[in-house]
Amino acid sequence: MTEFLQHLVNGLSVGTIYALVALGYTMVYGVLKLINFAHGDVYMVGAFAGYYLSELVGVRPPWADPPPGAGEVFVKATIVTMGAMIICGLLGYVIERFAYRPLRHRARLTALITAIGVSFLLEFGFQLSPLVHTPIEFPPGPSPRVFPALLERVGYEWAGVSLSNYDIIGLLVALGLMLGLQFIVYRTRFGTAMRAVSFDSEVAGLMGIPVNRIISWTFILGSALAAAAAVISAVSRPRIEPLFGLMAGLKAFVAAVLGGIGSVPGAMVGGLVLGLAEEYVAGYTDSSYRDAIAFTVLILVLLIRPAGLFGRFTVEKV
Amino acid sequence: MSGPILEVRDLRVDYGGIKALRGISLEVPEGEVVALIGANGAGKTTTLRAISKMLRPVTGTIRFRGEDVTRLASHQLVARGMAHGPEGRGIFLNLTVSENLRLGAYLRRDLAGIQADAEKAYALFPILAERRSQVSGTLSGGEQQMLAVARALMSRPRLLLLDEPSLGLAPQVVERIFAVLRDVSATGVSLLLVEQNAHKALQLAHRGYVLETGQIVMTGTGRELLASPEVRKAYLGE
Repeated sequence: MTEFLQHLVNGLSVGTIYALVALGYTMVYGVLKLINFAHGDVYMVGAFAGYYLSELVGVRPPWADPPPGAGEVFVKATIVTMGAMIICGLLGYVIERFAYRPLRHRARLTALITAIGVSFLLEFGFQLSPLVHTPIEFPPGPSPRVFPALLERVGYEWAGVSLSNYDIIGLLVALGLMLGLQFIVYRTRFGTAMRAVSFDSEVAGLMGIPVNRIISWTFILGSALAAAAAVISAVSRPRIEPLFGLMAGLKAFVAAVLGGIGSVPGAMVGGLVLGLAEEYVAGYTDSSYRDAIAFTVLILVLLIRPAGLFGRFTVEKV
Repeated sequence: MSGPILEVRDLRVDYGGIKALRGISLEVPEGEVVALIGANGAGKTTTLRAISKMLRPVTGTIRFRGEDVTRLASHQLVARGMAHGPEGRGIFLNLTVSENLRLGAYLRRDLAGIQADAEKAYALFPILAERRSQVSGTLSGGEQQMLAVARALMSRPRLLLLDEPSLGLAPQVVERIFAVLRDVSATGVSLLLVEQNAHKALQLAHRGYVLETGQIVMTGTGRELLASPEVRKAYLGE
């Protein structure tokens, strides 16, 4: 039982990260019918944005002398997280505006290949040796860097299950963001417009909806969520390097497909299910199977229920 | 009488090399109903889609309320008072009836006015009121058509383009929709109507245009076209 609960905690903590990243895939797919393969790399940029911002605001580690006070920790962690979200939001905007929008009315494959191109541009651009040295070393180059400790890790043990404040805060922030997004998508005028664009962008224009602006905001929101996920994840797993968005991106993509690509609640559930599945299978069998789970899930979904858990089946009426 | 609310000059549209419209010119006078009739594939829907910019490659000029709007996007035309109920009704089947209605008023900021207009729409089509919180995908075809007309009116348009509002509907529903269109027209809204039910359309219309393979081949008042032997033979099944 203890082991079961421990896997539950770990699975939820990984699953919320997948869910946040999956939301970006699913929202962009919703409005453009495009799998934005650069999304995993936006996640990677989010981690580096957090890393550089930590340097700029001078995050001091918990073991510094004197140690940072609670107020300082809170303010700096907030600046780092929000700043990374804003930077990635801008990046998402730029990617859509300059890479995808000019190809909007071309064959869908063209945009897909462009997405892979953008992905390579980010992955390999970030592996270049630094061209700028002050105030930050950019690009970071190929060797891994260590994400700074934004706050001190405090471990708890409860009935044999160990968890830390990282898990709890990460979970709360992720849930807060998902609730916020759920509210935006289902309760606001912007969200209704987004769902309308996703159903039929031509007709959405006939309603007076500025379709291009809605698409831009969709990229901004999705990319900002990826940045938040990256910072949350990098706090507990601080090793970051330019290629580490690849696997996270692929898994989040699987989570989006599992939930039903295009469905916002689907991405959230898909992310959590995938995180838990990985954790339980790896925990009860062999942890080297961990990365295989996602792809097994992908194959099973495509075979059994290609529309995913929350997939939309529409019937046209005459 | 002021000038026409819509003036289209030499409109041409190509679909990958196929000439869908070969230079259409037409006018909708302020406050009038204009019907566009013709066989399937004649270019009626394409004409509406080009006017409201659902189509990109367009040459020719479009003037709306005295302004050259040839280069504007769909949503900018809505802001200027044009509404388009497209082919196939264009209902967002993933949204509820009331969300669909409200999207019709997307650019309006007067919440009280929007609410009042929504209530008016529900009074016009009571079945929609019963179904207001249902997802539109559950509506019947006739109900979807009512919603499409009601939604197009939510922007308080000066000109309404409607594509086949009677397609596939039961006769009572067709009567209901045409009665509403007559009332809408009586309030001063101009209408450009594409219809396969040429008889009904020409009865309502002040003026009609007959389209054949992307060109206008005949024009006249609704009455004249109804009386014309060619029109009777080709489009009224006589």
